[in-house]
Amino acid sequence: MASKIRRGVSLYSFQEEMFLGKMNVEDCVSFAASIGAKGIEILPEQNMPSFPNVTDAEIAGWHEMLERHGCHFTCYDMFLDTKLRNDRLLTDDEQVESIRRDLALCNRMGIRNMRVLIFVRPDILERCVPYAEELDVHMGVEVHAPWYLDHPWILRTIEVADRLGTKHLGILPDMGIFMKHYPPELRARFEREGARPEITQFIVDQHEQKVMCEYTIYEVAVKMKGNPSEVRMAETLRHAPYANPKRIGDFAPYFRHIQAKFYGMTEDCRDPAHAYDEVIPELLKAGWEGTLSSEYEGNRWVQDVMDVDSREQVRRQHEMFKRLLGETANGQEDA
Amino acid sequence: MFDKYLIDPDSVTDIGPADSPTGFSFTTKLGYYRGLTLSMLEEMTVAVDGEELPREAVSFDDGNGPITLDEMETTYDRRWNFGAPATLSVTYPGGFPKGEHTLSLRQRLRISYMPFPAMRFTEKTIVKE
Repeated sequence: MASKIRRGVSLYSFQEEMFLGKMNVEDCVSFAASIGAKGIEILPEQNMPSFPNVTDAEIAGWHEMLERHGCHFTCYDMFLDTKLRNDRLLTDDEQVESIRRDLALCNRMGIRNMRVLIFVRPDILERCVPYAEELDVHMGVEVHAPWYLDHPWILRTIEVADRLGTKHLGILPDMGIFMKHYPPELRARFEREGARPEITQFIVDQHEQKVMCEYTIYEVAVKMKGNPSEVRMAETLRHAPYANPKRIGDFAPYFRHIQAKFYGMTEDCRDPAHAYDEVIPELLKAGWEGTLSSEYEGNRWVQDVMDVDSREQVRRQHEMFKRLLGETANGQEDA
Repeated sequence: MFDKYLIDPDSVTDIGPADSPTGFSFTTKLGYYRGLTLSMLEEMTVAVDGEELPREAVSFDDGNGPITLDEMETTYDRRWNFGAPATLSVTYPGGFPKGEHTLSLRQRLRISYMPFPAMRFTEKTIVKE
């Protein structure tokens, strides 16, 4: 049976090259099309310089460009600046208004999924549900490490969605929550910054054994008298959860899009850190329909020693997706 | 995340009269993966050879006109875009010192979803003849 899982990329993946002016948004889209990743996730606050005053002509220009490459939008990543002012937080009304602004722009762009930052309060989102329904945009709260699917903060959003019986509020998992192994790119960076290999090995071993992070941090910081790089590496364990992939099926009705986080792929197209080989079978088993959207975040860990090649990293991730989704070498049909 | 790119070392230029410069300027970018409204830029701390210059000595221009750091605090209708170069002008009598010196920049950003301000830092060695 053909899977209903589609492949895409977030423009976030090419942040290094775009920041440096080596790629523009069309270069990213063109590349995505070349690897069969036709679904494009956009961060308007990164990719649209006129934000929030985006004109209809600009939106039409984006659609023409996407169509030139056979691509389409999949998801809109919103932000909420509750700390816009230094003298007070945005009021609840101001927060709702800001989200409404994003829902409206998302709808004007013809996008039906909106990534909601995880810190946005569930009661604020509850107030936004009528607008999301009217504009037919699914608000997906980003389940980002160190949160995980069963985290009580996430369950509050699920509770609101269930109570309202709405199809327009749910979640949007970031695959960083399935970090089964410690990412080699992070370890190598801490070693370049002065962490001793015997200490980094200890931290990796502790993570491998799923020891709760505070034990390891104390061991490294106090008992081993770790240097600052070693302590910083140990502290990254606070953001390195390995959530249970078997729970995916239970949550599948609440999400329509996935941010496929990764820090680096091996030459033979495997992710040494995240358990995609366990997650994707669970998605297939659940009959989940949506887009796996690449989110390459390794640039910041390797840019000190090499030119970042986001395209090659994303290409390798899609080779892995094709393998795990059972696609042919020619790539899939994309709706 | 983009710390190493915050200062363009080739952009350091004296400002004011050529024989008695009043300061120097350089090109910087926002150390973040998206643009920000100017009110969320809390600090742009410039230091020469590790010595921090007063906040009042620094002014920012992203191409839409110069603005002081104090004015930025309440500027809610202007954004500094992702990857967009801006100029920092610094009052520094005599201009950037001749010879080999370090220039550093610390950006403190108020990012709402983070529990603490984001700090970005870079230090570059500048050689001026």
